[in-house]
Amino acid sequence: MNLFIYFIRRLWGLVPTFIGITLISFFVMHLAPGEPMSIQADFNPKMTPEMRQRLRAQYGLDKPLYVQYLKWLKGLAVLDLGKSFAPDRRPVWDKIRERLPITLLINVLSLVLVIVVAVPLGVKAAVRHNSLFDQITTVLVFVAYAAPAFWVALLLMLYFGVDLGWLPISGIHSLMGYDQMPWWQKALDWAKHLILPVFVSAIGGLAGLSRYTRSSMLEVMRQDYITTARAKGVPEHEVVYRHALRNALLPLITILGLSLPGMIGGSVIFESIFAIPGVGQLMWTSVMARDYPVLMGNLVIVAVLTLVGNLLADIGYALADPRIRTGVQSDE
Amino acid sequence: MKSFKHILVLILTVFFAASGVADAADGGPDYGGAIVVGSIGDASNLIPMLSSDATSHNIAGLIYAGLVKYDKNLELVGDLAESWDIEQDGRLITFHLRHGVKWEDGHEFTSADVLFGFNTITSPDTPTAYAGDFLEVEKAEAPDPYTFRVLYKEPFAPALSSWGDIVVLPRHLLEGVKITESSLARKPVGLGPFRLREWKTQEKIVLEESPTYFAGRPYLDRYIMRIIPDPATMFLELKAGGLDWMGLSPMQYQRQTETPFFKKNFSRYKYLSFSYTYLGYNLRHPFFKDRRVRQAISYAVDKEEIIRGVLLGYGVVATGPYKPDAWYYNPDVRRYPYDPERARSMLAQAGWKDSDGDGWLDRDGQVFEFTVLTNQGNSLRDRTAQIIQYRLKQIGINMHIRALEWTAFINDFIDKRRFEAVILGWTLGQDPDLYDIWHSSKTAPKQLNFVGYKNPELDRLLVAGRRTFDRRERKRIYAKVQEILAEDQPYTFLYVPMSLPVIHKRFRGIKPAPAGISYNLERWWVPRNEQKYIMP
Repeated sequence: MNLFIYFIRRLWGLVPTFIGITLISFFVMHLAPGEPMSIQADFNPKMTPEMRQRLRAQYGLDKPLYVQYLKWLKGLAVLDLGKSFAPDRRPVWDKIRERLPITLLINVLSLVLVIVVAVPLGVKAAVRHNSLFDQITTVLVFVAYAAPAFWVALLLMLYFGVDLGWLPISGIHSLMGYDQMPWWQKALDWAKHLILPVFVSAIGGLAGLSRYTRSSMLEVMRQDYITTARAKGVPEHEVVYRHALRNALLPLITILGLSLPGMIGGSVIFESIFAIPGVGQLMWTSVMARDYPVLMGNLVIVAVLTLVGNLLADIGYALADPRIRTGVQSDE
Repeated sequence: MKSFKHILVLILTVFFAASGVADAADGGPDYGGAIVVGSIGDASNLIPMLSSDATSHNIAGLIYAGLVKYDKNLELVGDLAESWDIEQDGRLITFHLRHGVKWEDGHEFTSADVLFGFNTITSPDTPTAYAGDFLEVEKAEAPDPYTFRVLYKEPFAPALSSWGDIVVLPRHLLEGVKITESSLARKPVGLGPFRLREWKTQEKIVLEESPTYFAGRPYLDRYIMRIIPDPATMFLELKAGGLDWMGLSPMQYQRQTETPFFKKNFSRYKYLSFSYTYLGYNLRHPFFKDRRVRQAISYAVDKEEIIRGVLLGYGVVATGPYKPDAWYYNPDVRRYPYDPERARSMLAQAGWKDSDGDGWLDRDGQVFEFTVLTNQGNSLRDRTAQIIQYRLKQIGINMHIRALEWTAFINDFIDKRRFEAVILGWTLGQDPDLYDIWHSSKTAPKQLNFVGYKNPELDRLLVAGRRTFDRRERKRIYAKVQEILAEDQPYTFLYVPMSLPVIHKRFRGIKPAPAGISYNLERWWVPRNEQKYIMP
C-alpha cells in the first residue's frame, strides 16, 4: 500500500517534467537551420516563391512558434501527434506504431541477453578478483567495448552471412516465400534474422554492465556484513549470491533504468546496418528532413521511456532497499 | 554519389517507362522471374507530383506512364500520346492520345485524366514542387477523349518534356478527394508496365507485372526493391545472393568485384551519369570578380588527377554544364588543362604576387586565402577538395575546407550568400535548358544562380533556347552558351562521374545507351532455366 502511494506520487511528479521536456525539445528543434520544405524545395528549379509560401502555410509554419507549440500540445492532450511533414502526410502515430514493435523487441531481447550474461560474468570476476579469469574477461570486455558496433556487425555478416552462409545478412524476414510459411517456420525465420542484430546491439551494454557489476561487487565484498556473514559460517555461495549480490545490484538498477531511453536513439546504428525498419531510422530521417511532427512524436516516446526508466529505477530501489520506502513514509 | 538529389529527378525517371521490341537473341525471351534491387532509401509517396525523392520517382515511373518520354538516345518520343502537333510558333501543343489504354483497374484512360492532372498540379492546394513548368500554360483543354490541347503564354521548349508521368492521374479515383489525403499515395493505381503488390515501409516495395499495360506485359513477373540504408551491407547482400542489382562505388567496382565469383555471376556496366561536380565561386567576392583569377584556378587544378584519385578513373573531365554524350554537347570550347605556370602568370597579371616571400600570393597587403564549403558526408567531394587544396597551395593560394550538414549549408550559407567558394554538383535533366541556374534574374535568395553570374548575352541565349522547338537551332544556341560559360568560368567545371551498376548475369536484354540502362526494364528477361524466383 505504501509502495502504491509512493508510485502515484512519483507518477504525478512526472507530468511537469514531461511537459518541460517537450517544450525544450520543440524550441531547440526549431533552432536548427532549415525547414521541412527544404528537402522538396531547396535547389529545385521548379519551385516558385509562391509555392514555398503556400507550403509553409499548409504546414502551419507561418505562425509564431509558441502558437505552433500550443497547437501541438493541444493535439497531444487528445493523443493526436499530428501528421508527418514528409510527402506521405501520414499520421505520426501510424508511422511510429508500425516501427515500434521491432525496435522494442530487439532492444528487450538484447537487454535480457546483457543481464543474463553480464551479471554472472561480473560476479565471477569480482569473486575471483585478480585471477586469470578476471584478467581475461577484463581484456575481452574492453575489446568488445572499444570495437565499433558497425564494424563488428560487418565482420559478423561477412563471416556468418557470406562465407558460411548460415545466417541472413539483413532484414527481419525472408524476402521470398515468407507469407507461405507455417507459423513455426516463420518463428524460425525471425529468430535467424534476429541473432546478429541482437548480439551486436548487446555487445556494448554487455561490456559496460559486467564492469559495473564487478566493481559494485568488489565494493560490497569489502563490507563488514560480508565478513560477519562469513564469520557466522554462511556457505561462500550464499554469501556471494544472497548477501553480496543483492546489495551490489542497487547501482545497477539505476543504470538499467537509464538505459531505457537509449533504446530508441541507440537503435539507429544497428537498424541502418541490418536494414531493420525500426523507430531509430525513422527518428534519424525525420531529423535530417526536419519533419517536426514525427520528430516530436519520437521525442515523446523517448521522454516517456526516460521517465518510465527513472520511475522503474526508483521502484526497483524501493523494492530492493526498505530504507527508501520508510523514508517516504516518515515524510507524511 | 550523393549529389543534388532532389533536382529534376522527375525528368530523369521518365525513361523508365519505355517500350521497345524484344531481343531475339538467346532463342527468344521467356516470361517470368524477378529482379531484386537495392535502394538506400524508401519511397515517400507514390503520387509522383507530391514526392520529390529519387526512389519515389523510380518506383512511380514503373507504375505510371506519361504522354511523352525520353528514349534511349534521350530523344523525346510519344508514350501515351501517339503524336503531337506544335502550332502558333510553338505556343499551342496538341497531343493525340493512344486509344484503348486502360488503368490497371480496367477504367479507360482519356484526355480527361491529363486535364485532371494538370488542374491538380496547378491548384494552390496541391503541395507539389513541380508546378513551375505548368504555370507557363495559358489554357489547357480536352476537346475529345483522345485529344489534349495546351496553349502557352509564350513558346516554351522545355514544356514538351514536362508532360511525362507526373501529370497523368486517374481522375475516376481522385475527383472530389483531397490529393494529400488520397489512398493512392500508398496504393497507387497506374497504367504503366508494373503495378504495386506490396509496400512494407522501410523494408521493401514489391511490384508485379501489369496485365493491362498497353505495350504488352513486361517479361519479368516481379520488380522488388529492398531498402538497405547501409551501402556496405548492401554489397554483402549482393555477394550473398540477396540482391540482383545495385550501384557500385568506384572502389567497389575496381577492387572488390574483380573476383572470379563476380565475373561468373554478375555483369558490370558503366555509363556517364546525369550529373557533374564543380567548384563554384561567389562572383560578388572581390577575389573572384576577376575572370582571370577564375581562369587561373581552372588551370591550376588538375582535373585528370581528381578523376584518377577520387573516381579511380570512372569519370570524364567536365568542360561545361552538360555530359559529353548528350546531343547538345559542344566539345569545341575553351579547355583548361593543368598548367600551373600559366596560372601563376595570369594571377600576376591580376595583381596577385608573393611580395613578402612567405609562399602565399598577396595583393595590396591581402593574402589570397579563402574557404571552400561542401556538404558533409560526401567523401568524393571531400577528397576532391583536398586535391584542389594541394594544387592551389603550390601556386600560392591558401584554401581552407569546411564541410557542413546539408540543410544548414543551404539555408545559412548558400541562401544568405555567405560563402566564398563551394564544391557541389548538379543533377542534369535531359533538356538543355539552363535558365534557372544561369539567368541573371535568378540570383535572388533561394534561387539557383547563387554564385551571382550575370551576362546579358547569355541571358539572351537562354531565353532564345526556350523559345524554339527546332533541334538544330537549339543545338546552335546551347553550343554558344557552353562557349561563354567555358570562357567566363563562373564555375571550374570538374568532372562527370560514371554510374557503375552491377546486375546479375541471368538478366538478358540490357543495352547501355546514353539514357543509361533502365530505360527498357520491361524488356529485360530471364531464360526459364535460370529463373531464380518462381512465382505461384
